[in-house]
This record gives sequence, C-alpha cells and structure tokens, in this order.
Amino acid sequence: MSPPHLSAHAWQNHTGAFIALWTSGELAYALFDAGLITTSLEDGTYPALSPKHPGAAWFEKLSLDLNGHKASGVSHSNTAIEHFLSPNGTAPWPEFRPAPGEGVHQMAVGPIHAGIIEPGHFRFSIIGEKVLKLEARLGYTHKGTLALMRGKSPRNAARFAARISGDATVAHSLAFAHATEAALGLTLPPRAVQLRAVMAELERMANHTSDIGAIAGDAGFAFLDARFAWHRESLCAAANAAFGHRLMMDMVIPGGVAGDIKTGGDDAIRRSLDALETERPGLTRVFEDYASLQDRLVGTGHIGIHLAARYAAGGVTGRASGRQTDARTSPGYAPYELMELTVPVETEGDVAARVKIRLAELAESCRIIRTLLNHLPDGQIAIAPPATSGMALGVAESFRGPVWHWLNIESGLITDVFVADASTLLWPLVEHAACTSIIADFPLINKSVNASYSGVDL
Amino acid sequence: MVWSTLARHLLTKPSPPREAGHSTAAALAERLQNLSNEKLGRSLAIRHVDSGSCNGCELELRAIQNMVYDLTQYGLTFTPSPRHADILLITGVAARNMGEALRQARAAMPDPIFTIAVGDCAVDGGVFKGSPAITGGADSILAVDLMISGCPPTPGQIIDGLLSLLEAHAGKK
Ligand code: SF4
Repeated sequence: MSPPHLSAHAWQNHTGAFIALWTSGELAYALFDAGLITTSLEDGTYPALSPKHPGAAWFEKLSLDLNGHKASGVSHSNTAIEHFLSPNGTAPWPEFRPAPGEGVHQMAVGPIHAGIIEPGHFRFSIIGEKVLKLEARLGYTHKGTLALMRGKSPRNAARFAARISGDATVAHSLAFAHATEAALGLTLPPRAVQLRAVMAELERMANHTSDIGAIAGDAGFAFLDARFAWHRESLCAAANAAFGHRLMMDMVIPGGVAGDIKTGGDDAIRRSLDALETERPGLTRVFEDYASLQDRLVGTGHIGIHLAARYAAGGVTGRASGRQTDARTSPGYAPYELMELTVPVETEGDVAARVKIRLAELAESCRIIRTLLNHLPDGQIAIAPPATSGMALGVAESFRGPVWHWLNIESGLITDVFVADASTLLWPLVEHAACTSIIADFPLINKSVNASYSGVDL
Repeated sequence: MVWSTLARHLLTKPSPPREAGHSTAAALAERLQNLSNEKLGRSLAIRHVDSGSCNGCELELRAIQNMVYDLTQYGLTFTPSPRHADILLITGVAARNMGEALRQARAAMPDPIFTIAVGDCAVDGGVFKGSPAITGGADSILAVDLMISGCPPTPGQIIDGLLSLLEAHAGKK
C-alpha cells in the first residue's frame, strides 16, 4: 500500500508530530506520528516543512547533501553532513552568529572532545558562565552508510544497519529487519521474536546503566559511576555468553536472529539481572539522597513539555518531559503486546528526571527479560527473506528513543533506504537545554540526552 | 542511607562479573608485572581520537577503564590534551570530514608518539571500505604503529594490544 500523495499545499500544511523527512526518486516523504505522506519533487525541490516543524531542518539539509534535493521556501545557513561544499574542494567553517548582547563571546569545542566520545563541534555563545546559545555542527563521522546499503540484499545490507550507531546496534538491526519483513510480507517464528526482544532489552539495560553512571561521574560522584560501569560490564559479559558478542552486533538479521541462545547463556543473563536488581534499590537511594549530586541534576538542562512536544521528542528525553511515547507500544511491535509494558513518565524535564526514567526502565527491562526467558518457545530462529519486492517502514525503540528505517526493495535488492535515528530530533533539544544552564553543566546535559553522532551523520 | 550504602560498598570488595573475561584480565596483569616499571621507564598517556566510528569501539575503550579491566594498573591513562600524550589511539574510519582534525591532533602531540588503530574501521575502513565519504583506515592519514582488529575489539583484545606495544617499546631500550 503506497502512502497518501499530497499536493504541495496540503503537504506544507500537514499537521501532527513530525518525525522524519527524506527524498527518493521523484518523491519527498515525510513521516508524522499519524503516518507517512508524500509529495512530488518539482525540479528537484519540495516545499519546506521546517517553518512549521522545526525538527525538519536537519532532514532538509540532509536531503540536499545526500540527494541534491532542495526545500523551497527556506535557506539554511549550513549543511548537515557535507562539509566540503565549496567549489575548490575545501571545507570552510559555516558562519556561527553569536547571541546578541554586550560582552557575549563565543567558545568553540570540538570536533575532538576531551572524553572518549564521538566527534562534533559545539559553538557556545556565553556571557560569564551562562550559556546564551549553542549551535552544534555535526556530520564529522559521515561514512556514506546509506549509499553502501543500496544494491544489496537485506541480509547483506544488515551489517551496515547494525553500524549506524553501535550503542544501539540491536535496535537499528531490529528496525531494519522490521522494515524488510514488512516490505516482503514475512511472518517470523515466535522464538526469533522473543530472542530479539531479550537482546533489545539487554542493550537498553547496558546503555542505561552506563549512562546513569556517567551522569553521576560527570557530577563528580565516582562511586555511582564505578558501580554502574560494573553492571554494564556484567550485562555485556552476559550478552557475550548468551549470544557470542558483547554488543550483540549482527545478531538480529532480516528474517530472524543469526544464532540461538547459547548453553549457559540463560543463566549468565539471569545472574547479571540478579546482581543489578539486588543493588539497584540501594544505588537509587544514594542517587536520591545525596544532596550535592541532586544539586547538580535538579533543574539542570531543562526541556519543557511544550518544547519536547514541538520536536516530538521520543525515548528517555521525551518521557522525562511529560511525553507518554514508546515505540514498543505505539505503533508497537511483537512481542511487546504480550508484555504489559509500563512506560514511566516524568514531567520535570531536567537531568534528574532523565535519570529517574532510566532507573525505572531498568526494572521494567529486567522483568521483561525474565518473562521472555521463562517462556521461550521452541522452534526455528530464522527464515530466509524471499527475492520479492516491496516498500515499508520499520521501527524499534532504542535505549535513546525510536529509530526508523525505510526501505524500498525490488526483486530482493534494496533500491533505496533511509534511516532516522532518534538523535536527529534530540540534538536540537540539546541546543535548547544547554541555554538553561551554565557552561560547566553542559557535559551533564549532553550525557543525560546522549544523542548519537554517528546515528545522524550516517 | 547514603553513608550506610557507601560504607557497605567501601568495605566489600566488588567481585568481578563472572563472564567478564576475568581470567584474561588476570593473565594480562601478570604479564605486565613481569614488564616492570623500570623497563618501561614511565607511564604512558593516551589521546583518543574518533575519526569516524559507529561509536561501538568507544564503548569498549570506556570498558577498559572500568574496575574489571582497570587500565590504569598498567600505567596507561587517557588524557584530554594531545600535548600530554604519548599514544595517539584512533577509532573509526578516516572520514573525509575528520581528516583535518586528525592531522591537527597529531601535530599537537610532542614527538615521539605511538599511533594505534583500534577496530576494523581504523585498521582499513572495515565494512565501510570503498565508501567515497572516507579515505580508508587511519593509515590513509598518518603512519600507524599498531593495529588492533575486531568489530569492536573486546576490552581484553585492546589491553592485549596496548601491552604488546609496551613490550616492544621496552625491548627497544
Ligand atoms: S570497528 Fe566496528 S565497532 Fe568499531 S567503529 Fe567500526 S563498525 Fe563500529
């Protein structure tokens, strides 16, 4: 079933929560919470959506960089991932306009950062230590991933999907597999569905534990950092014992999973869950009771409910700002309809709220993994995707929010693909949140949202 | 509450996760004992640069600093400043957009330095080999002394690689 085709006028006036935009062939596609719409490209242009939906700005720049398709009605002052735009092949800096005001100065950070993290450039306008404006320049890790996926079979392209953002490798592989399976009309064996969910929840827990620890660490509280890092290690080790890879990379493939759970893997997972469940209440109380830690987290990096809604923020960041959204339940995918998933929501929208959401989700993921392992059905773990044709969207809820994959497959080969990581809509929120605090709090804010660089640079 | 929880943890030594390659870590620690500090002469500071990774390699680089692998026991630390660094550790492909930054980071480091490429991407571009958005692995930008393959390499493999570099260095003296 092809998505509704709109006139330029109807396209431009479409309402709803904007999720993603891309171009392919003769069409521009826009994904809203209510579904996908398309409009025709006229001389390679389509009407801009960013004046109404600010989250569309990055996607418009990306479509220009990737496909040369321009959004009419706006002029963006910089590019997304193409840094070498000048005719002489150099990569000039875009113009960063400082915030207006007397005594305001700019501070440039990156692309190489102090810690062991991905590259990106941040340009702050600051007065004293107060941040007035932040502009992020991304695209540094652009690897040309989408182009590499074209012309390949879904099974062969899966390894690129798995490397769009390594920390969410299971979620991206899952969204890619969902898109393939929807496009080709595949029904999965139940065992594969459950094993996938075990991996996805393990991945969520491994990331949540390290994020919670790192936030405490950035606030100078090494004890919590050390303990949560230990739990992350224990979860990665369990993933390795169960599925043969610490990050479970390349384990979720179109049509199922690449390997069954190994002997002893079930026990290894349960032991790591037990260890975390035993310690979690105590660690949570330390988080909540320690005044100097709370002082750094409460009110810091505030993202208001209205702002979060404007960017249709998903994941931990959305849920910490009052948005009851989770791709596992809406639009939803198997096996979560059987899991009675509780989606935690907070309304404060600060770093502390984002930590709270993560702590609550750890408990929920533990419960889900145990339920899945207790009732693992027998049977096949994968079926081969046929060499047929189709076009479809797939989604999975990564630890940071929903990731969307769109695929067009013809006779078993991918002719076009687009990927929208949750981070695309989270980066603008980081830019906003930075302006609610002082420059020294920026690492905390950035970590609490934990948007992916590679996930948007593609 | 805070203090009692803290005290409990300070008094009880954490046990390593069972599947965390504890034996690998122990074996590596033993090898390094043999490679005494006087042979090494100094501890080494590492400046990490991601020149186009998927961020998988960074996760394992961070893991080598956790209490199970405990990188600092080998006299190796990460430093934010290239000026203090003895080792340039590169992860990810050599993305075209990162080439200049990588060259500048190298130029900011005082000679002599070791250069290490960690992960298949940094070794030769990994799965992204041939993409027009990249120039290849780290050696497409600068000379590389040691390559540690894996996607991503495990913490044990990374530490193993770092130690082999230390050993080679100690042998040279
Ligand atoms: S080697 Fe693998 S894990 Fe490391 S950056 Fe490349 S794709 Fe990611």
